[in-house]
Amino acid sequence: MEIKMDLISEDRINSMGSMEKLRFVLEGVKSGNIMVLEGGLTSEEQMSLIELTMTEVDEDFPGIEMSGYPSKKGFLNMRRKARLTVIGPAKIMRTMKKEKGLISAIISAF
Amino acid sequence: MKSRKRKGILARLLRLLAFRKRTAKIGLYGPPNAGKTTLANRIIHTFVDENEDMGVSTDVPHETRRAVRRGGIIIDLKSKSVQNPNPHSNPDSMLKRERAKLKLDVVDTPGLATKIDFHEFMAYGLEEEEAKRRAKEATEGVIEAIKWLDDIDGVVLVMDSTEDPYTQTNIVLIGNMEARDTPVIIAANKMDLSDAAPQRIINAFPQHSVIPVSALKGENMEKLYEEMTRRFR
Ligand SMILES: Nc1nc2c(ncn2[C@@H]2O[C@H](COP(=O)(O)OP(=O)(O)OP(=O)(O)O)[C@@H](O)[C@H]2O)c(=O)[nH]1
Ligand SMILES: [Mg+2]
Repeated sequence: MEIKMDLISEDRINSMGSMEKLRFVLEGVKSGNIMVLEGGLTSEEQMSLIELTMTEVDEDFPGIEMSGYPSKKGFLNMRRKARLTVIGPAKIMRTMKKEKGLISAIISAF
Repeated sequence: MKSRKRKGILARLLRLLAFRKRTAKIGLYGPPNAGKTTLANRIIHTFVDENEDMGVSTDVPHETRRAVRRGGIIIDLKSKSVQNPNPHSNPDSMLKRERAKLKLDVVDTPGLATKIDFHEFMAYGLEEEEAKRRAKEATEGVIEAIKWLDDIDGVVLVMDSTEDPYTQTNIVLIGNMEARDTPVIIAANKMDLSDAAPQRIINAFPQHSVIPVSALKGENMEKLYEEMTRRFR
């Protein structure tokens, strides 16, 4: 089985509206891709993505795995934008383990 | 709550006056099976009625699939059941005694998750049809829990101390509360278990107050209630 990985630039992400962005990510993940977003999603966007995901969960699509690096906490950093977010289909992403500065994803598809 | 970082006396007074009038809505959030309902029931048993339950707690994840609110709870630290055995040892016990009362509504929410697989419920012995129905209800429960965040004044984030705390749902929940400036207390639950590691939670979220408790056995609950009266008033 082939697994596609999409690495999406920050420019591409920023050109989309907030719902468009979430749809884009979720459609990608639903068709089996692993989506890596440069610049990432904010906490609020990630919460909305979880919500949207739940409306789509069924027997064939159990949901998503998600991980990322949040922004370094700056002085006026209220938006808390992530630096990188990885989202993949829960069906093939067994675990996503995160330590300081390292995200390990175990992918098993067969 | 937005003013909680202010230290001025005037601000404190205003805050006291403002909060006298209203009840804080406190959401119990966290991953499935962390012990949210067990904690909700313990709060009710201690401060309302020994025979009342807010919900059913079992070892099957997503047991709670609808948010449940119980209003009019008064956490009163002077009440016998949670009295500090040595109140004079603390120099600000006077201050504490004055403040140690909190009126709140408790909202027990369904466990947050990014995935719900009906096969998991079959592993707990549920029939396929029933497992699928439960999975569907569980997805609705997650949405309901997220929607409730808009109406919440404070969060007790319940984690299972035997599990890895550094999950994306925990991180996302904390990030959302920080963005809204809503206070969060982390209850490091199940401290009674031998493989509990509350220190791992403290290390993962050093900027937050983490209180190790056992909602089931009632261990260290006074600490949690004290922190709640401090942070949620
Ligand atoms: N040992 C121990 N077990 C606990 C403790 N708190 C809860 N449990 C057990 O953990 C399991 C899950 O508890 P619940 O209260 O149903 O957990 P929940 O967070 O409400 O779960 P969902 O509603 O499914 O999201 C039950 O078997 C409880 O008895 C605790 O402090 N110690
Ligand atoms: Mg529950």
